[in-house]
Amino acid sequence: MSYLQLATSLIFILIPLVLARTLRLGLEKDIIIATIRSIVQLLIIGYILTFVFENGSPIFMLLMILLMIGAATLNVIRKGDGIPGIQWIILFTLIAVEALTMGILLGLQIIPFEAQQVIPISGMVIGNCMILSLLFLNKFKDEVERSDEVIELILSLGGDAKTAIDTSLKGAIRTSMIPTIEAQKTMGLVQLPGMMSGLIIGGADPMEAVLYQLLILFLILTTAAMASVLVGFLSYRRLFNEKAQFIGLTYKKKDT
Amino acid sequence: MSILTFHEVSYQHILHEITGEFREGVITTLVGPSGAGKSTTLKHINGLISPDRGEICFRGEPLEQMDLLEVRKRIGMAFQSAPMIPGTVYDNINLPKSIFGESLPREEAKRLLQQVDLSVELERTVKDLSGGERSRLGIARTLVNRPDVLLLDEITASLDYRMVQEIEKLILDLQQELQTTIIWITHDLEQAKRVSDDVWFLKDGRLIESGAFKELASSDQAETQAFLKGESI
Ligand SMILES: Nc1ncnc2c1ncn2[C@@H]1O[C@H](COP(=O)(O)OP(=O)(O)OP(=O)(O)O)[C@@H](O)[C@H]1O
Ligand SMILES: [Mg+2]
Repeated sequence: MSYLQLATSLIFILIPLVLARTLRLGLEKDIIIATIRSIVQLLIIGYILTFVFENGSPIFMLLMILLMIGAATLNVIRKGDGIPGIQWIILFTLIAVEALTMGILLGLQIIPFEAQQVIPISGMVIGNCMILSLLFLNKFKDEVERSDEVIELILSLGGDAKTAIDTSLKGAIRTSMIPTIEAQKTMGLVQLPGMMSGLIIGGADPMEAVLYQLLILFLILTTAAMASVLVGFLSYRRLFNEKAQFIGLTYKKKDT
Repeated sequence: MSILTFHEVSYQHILHEITGEFREGVITTLVGPSGAGKSTTLKHINGLISPDRGEICFRGEPLEQMDLLEVRKRIGMAFQSAPMIPGTVYDNINLPKSIFGESLPREEAKRLLQQVDLSVELERTVKDLSGGERSRLGIARTLVNRPDVLLLDEITASLDYRMVQEIEKLILDLQQELQTTIIWITHDLEQAKRVSDDVWFLKDGRLIESGAFKELASSDQAETQAFLKGESI
């Protein structure tokens, strides 16, 4: 595809813009910002990837992965407000999940140690990990706020922090994993997954695209489980103090 | 003999230097206007909250030096809203056991329900219980561990008058039978008069006065008199 062809495809931005305008949805500004940001960000990534692939040095590969982890962490932190130290928990989780999945993929030679493979797959692992962490934190904070009375009830019966939060924690882990599992059940029936479509459009053999896509699906399942379990088990303690007293979510308040 | 003593207990901006004691084997009510710090005081007693300054002693031993999880097993607490875990009546009355991986014999569960005059099957889902039934189930649950002290936070606040009387009778009977020390928050002065041996009068996080209900009634403290007369303070 040429730049000219891409420019022509901007028509697809005009349609939502016109709709937003006529229906007064108040989304025009957001649509324009989103479009510009996606163009700029992806072009930059395109240039960086070209450079890293041509250069071939593992240092740049590592830097690239660290950059992705950093960006993903920043994205999640805002949602984690209310849980002290959440930034370190997220950072640790992203690093752990990336290290483990890449360790297995490279160690067992499922994929070769090449930037063309490692970087996109890492991107998907880290991106999915980020989304699952966000999903988990949302659900977990809901659960905690909804069941603070039951949490105090269990503490008042002499239960420890883990016991008191068990139902909320597992509930949030379950509900954040369900969409991933459900999506896999209908995979290929309703829509072709994005990566597979991309490979096929790029001219790859459909069977090869399927094999890669399956690998990604398995990775996403692992990532979903690890992200919600790690973030969950590392963060619930922050809601209690060392005397097994429930502090709850602590939103940053103005100095009193 | 006092079972619990507060010595200059302060907590955040909520409680200010509370000093007082609770006698063993009697009913003490905590009264005072909304926001006075009654619930906060109660939560200090079973260590759901710890004081910023001051000391609370249970049978002469500072709470701070005790294993709070053990203390909580000996101090039962009934919450105003009678929170329940989703599930059956049995799941809920069994909760004090199930959290330690044990289970309450069904006969014992039935006996406890009888004790609080609650005639529902153990397999009923708690969602369907009425306010009065929940309240009683909440009380029955606090009795599973045979606590030395029972903390009650506005357990009759949302009930009709007949139910209030029944629950009062229930608590008074339990107290007679088991000689449990009871600390009971109520905003209903008439109720306090009916059930109290002793009373703590809290306002703005301070313990204004404490003692036998009769003494308080004849107190010459202006604030106490105003509160007793039902004036807004
Ligand atoms: N976790 C908390 N953080 C900050 N303030 C709190 C907290 N819990 C209670 N307070 C405040 O402390 C004060 C006392 O609260 P408490 O619940 O002890 O009052 P109360 O006497 O039980 O009132 P009520 O009769 O309405 O139940 C209130 O002003 C309340 O807003
Ligand atoms: Mg209260």
